[in-house]
Amino acid sequence: MICQECGQKPATLHFTKIVNGEKTEFRLCESCAGEKGDMFAGASPNFSIHHLLSGLLKFDAAPSVTGSDPPPAETVARCETCGLTYAQFSKSGRFGCVDCYQQFAQRLGPIFRRIHGNMQHSGKVPRRAGGVIRIRKEINDLKRQLQQSIESEEFEQAAAIRDQIKDLEKQLASP
Amino acid sequence: MSLQRFIQQAVSEWMSGEGPDSDIVFSSRVRLARNLRQIPFPLLSTESQAKEVIELVSKAMESEDFSSLDHFEQLTLNNLSGLEKRVLVEKHLISPHLANESRHGAVILSENESVSIMINEEDHLRIQCLYPGFQLHEAWSMANKIDDVLEQYVDYAFDERHGYLTSCPTNVGTGIRASVMMHLPALVLTQQINRILSAISQIGLVVRGIYGEGSEASGNLFQISNQITLGHSEEEIISNLYSVTKQIIEHERAARRTLLESNRIRIEDKLCRSYGILFNARVIESKEAAKRLSDLRLAIDTGMITDLNSKTINELMVLIQPGFLQMYSGKDLTPAQRDVRRAELIRERLQTVANDLNENGG
Repeated sequence: MICQECGQKPATLHFTKIVNGEKTEFRLCESCAGEKGDMFAGASPNFSIHHLLSGLLKFDAAPSVTGSDPPPAETVARCETCGLTYAQFSKSGRFGCVDCYQQFAQRLGPIFRRIHGNMQHSGKVPRRAGGVIRIRKEINDLKRQLQQSIESEEFEQAAAIRDQIKDLEKQLASP
Repeated sequence: MSLQRFIQQAVSEWMSGEGPDSDIVFSSRVRLARNLRQIPFPLLSTESQAKEVIELVSKAMESEDFSSLDHFEQLTLNNLSGLEKRVLVEKHLISPHLANESRHGAVILSENESVSIMINEEDHLRIQCLYPGFQLHEAWSMANKIDDVLEQYVDYAFDERHGYLTSCPTNVGTGIRASVMMHLPALVLTQQINRILSAISQIGLVVRGIYGEGSEASGNLFQISNQITLGHSEEEIISNLYSVTKQIIEHERAARRTLLESNRIRIEDKLCRSYGILFNARVIESKEAAKRLSDLRLAIDTGMITDLNSKTINELMVLIQPGFLQMYSGKDLTPAQRDVRRAELIRERLQTVANDLNENGG
């Protein structure tokens, strides 16, 4: 099959575009397709991970197979802070604000599990926003270090770590 | 402007061709996505809220903590021409998203351009550190320092369960995306690449073309990065990518050795033909240029060609892109004109470097 654009090279790319139910087919060679670039997904900067994600989010939000679900709640769920609806979120793949995480919390678990295989952050904690969380994390890290120092019989170091833990625990206890 | 001067202004440190394992790893990048607690994410932020983000970050930038790290400069995207933005994208200093879609975008660049902080991209902040060669830990360490400084001046969106809260659920948790750009011609030639790439995707890493999401690998360049950001610490993510990259480096080196031992004359012929084409072509499309430059790079790295260096190839890979070609020409060019200009620029650059090296090296 010959490229419908240049009529010379063999067509290697076949596209079907459907707009408002109207179907148009394209058969192009690689260089003509490249020139048309923006028209097509893949070459288009508008096609991104968000499009893939959007499918994933809709899938998760869909009523379960048990059949006894209430009407599709994603059309009504809305973040009270920024006004973003769950439907908008699943379309764009992006949250509107910090509070969306709370407001859509129930639906997010399966999504995070699917994307990351995990639900609980275990990395860096910012000093300011982290506050108590950071101290708790530091205590846990120190306890691990303490265990290691005891195992390797470095008792002086262990004592120093123990004191650090005590200090941090005091900080946690004080209002 | 002379090509020499243009290049001096155009190249960033990450193109230097130096750094550990730089025969295979071109560059290492770490990016952190961060948002400010009190302001809606860029998807919904108003003009004044977007400006507030810029102001808050600018204030942090003026601090001593910040300036002790490096000398920084801030650019407002609205003040740049379309071509200037394109050049920043081609240098990997800003994302296509910041250049084309962001409202009220800005970028803070360090003097040697190894640090760029994008403002009002998909997230309020994207801290990016881009280093030459295989320097993942170094890039992470710098990104972490900048993050620590910024955090003293702004309240980050963070919660205990989800970590750093990002616009897109694919970045939540650590907000970290670490990547290495690798040149793997021998794994492609020996057809081992697909096996390796599919293995990579099974351990939480992802492979993309060098221009990120949705772009295809050209010139045998592959960008490998972490996919998972929630549930693993930054150090785990970095060291996972580090050890996988280390293994791929060894595989690529072994494949290069095997190729040369078993088939040296044919390989030499293939690579040297590309050398001939680049030195003589009058018209060259970007795809062919990328392929030929990849051949030339392999010939340099394996010692077949000694009158050129890898730095020149890295520079050319950046300079032959549409934005740079037009910037250098000082005008808009049609694709056909670009193909002519590209061939010209490559010839001129290779000739100059070869002459210089011959004079200096005897």
